[in-house]
Amino acid sequence: MKIIISNSSPDPIYEQIVRQVKSQIISGELVAGDPLPSIRKLALELQISVITTKRAYDELEGEGFIDSVGGKGTFVASQNKEILRERKMKVVEEKLAQAVAEARLLGIKPRELRDMLRLLYEEEN
Amino acid sequence: MNAALEISNLRKSYKGFVLKDISFSIPAGTIMGLIGPNGAGKTTVIKLVMNLIRREAGAVRIFGRDNIAQEPEAKARIGFVYDEPCFPPDVSLGRIASAVAPFYPRWDGKLFARTLEEFDLSSRKKFKTLSHGMKMKFALALALAHDADLILMDEPTSGLDPVFRHELLVRLSTVIQDERKSVLFSTHLTSDLEKIADHVTLIHEGAIVFSAPKDEILETYGLVKAGGRDVSASEIPGLKGCRHSAYGLEALTAELEAARRSIGPRAVYERASLEDIMYFISKGEPHA
Repeated sequence: MKIIISNSSPDPIYEQIVRQVKSQIISGELVAGDPLPSIRKLALELQISVITTKRAYDELEGEGFIDSVGGKGTFVASQNKEILRERKMKVVEEKLAQAVAEARLLGIKPRELRDMLRLLYEEEN
Repeated sequence: MNAALEISNLRKSYKGFVLKDISFSIPAGTIMGLIGPNGAGKTTVIKLVMNLIRREAGAVRIFGRDNIAQEPEAKARIGFVYDEPCFPPDVSLGRIASAVAPFYPRWDGKLFARTLEEFDLSSRKKFKTLSHGMKMKFALALALAHDADLILMDEPTSGLDPVFRHELLVRLSTVIQDERKSVLFSTHLTSDLEKIADHVTLIHEGAIVFSAPKDEILETYGLVKAGGRDVSASEIPGLKGCRHSAYGLEALTAELEAARRSIGPRAVYERASLEDIMYFISKGEPHA
């Protein structure tokens, strides 16, 4: 598991952890059954609060990415990659739908919107 | 979680200073930072916990035990590390340790020797030859060796260089790998706490401003900055303090999201550090 905490990032630290663990699960770097460090160990290693790491783990567990097994530790949950990807796609779709609705309000034409999207997409790389 | 330390309605007055009914608690397995400007009452709180000065009212419970009625049991579980530890100057560290060891039923001599080594201290060294930082480390080594469940530190990092401070902070987070152990740590150097503290209690002029999980504070507080006369302080929700300059306004809010919603693009918004929060609360013009 790799985690990089940025102090200058506007995102709270627990979110940075959640995002990085999720992306490693989705990309397959972490697979079902892989053990995660304990809340306290991770806090020590990253030199952050145990409350922060607990919150990150709670969130990951709530979303089904990890399982904590009482007395044994925390592990990457087994999950269907297809379903995972589909879930992610759905999030993207919802966000796009929001953008389209906003664009419609402002009278932006589909072609302008497509150009905007292409620009944004290329910028990211 | 059980409380390692529970302070309720603690009161103490001196000429010109009153500690006003302070209450907060530290869950076992966590690190709490007690912050406030000089003279806010941090040391008074710690001295009251140690029963070094008489409280006027209120209660202090250490793992459920009253710190006065059950003083020996309560204190056996505390490791007190203060900014100027006082030991006979001409005595070696090893002899000081053997003198204090009998007071602690859970004293671990091997652990003490290991910790001294880890801290690059020799047990043959005389106490007076130690630098300020080394004295601090020695006091911490004693606290760790008697297996203290609550480590109390008064301004441990003031006067220490950054390398040393970092080392000390890592050691403190190692302490709470054991879920029964807790740390209370007073400081005016808030950047030390920004990282490792779980809870932060801010006191100002003898009263508690807040005692809450650090993440919660850092997420809800924020700075609002606006130029010229674009925004007046009175319209900022959750205003805690502000500063006017020739070119604009800088204000601390306890409701960053509400401020962002109601003031919108007329201002810029930033996260507040603990230092910003302490500064605005103690020095800002509150109702300007």
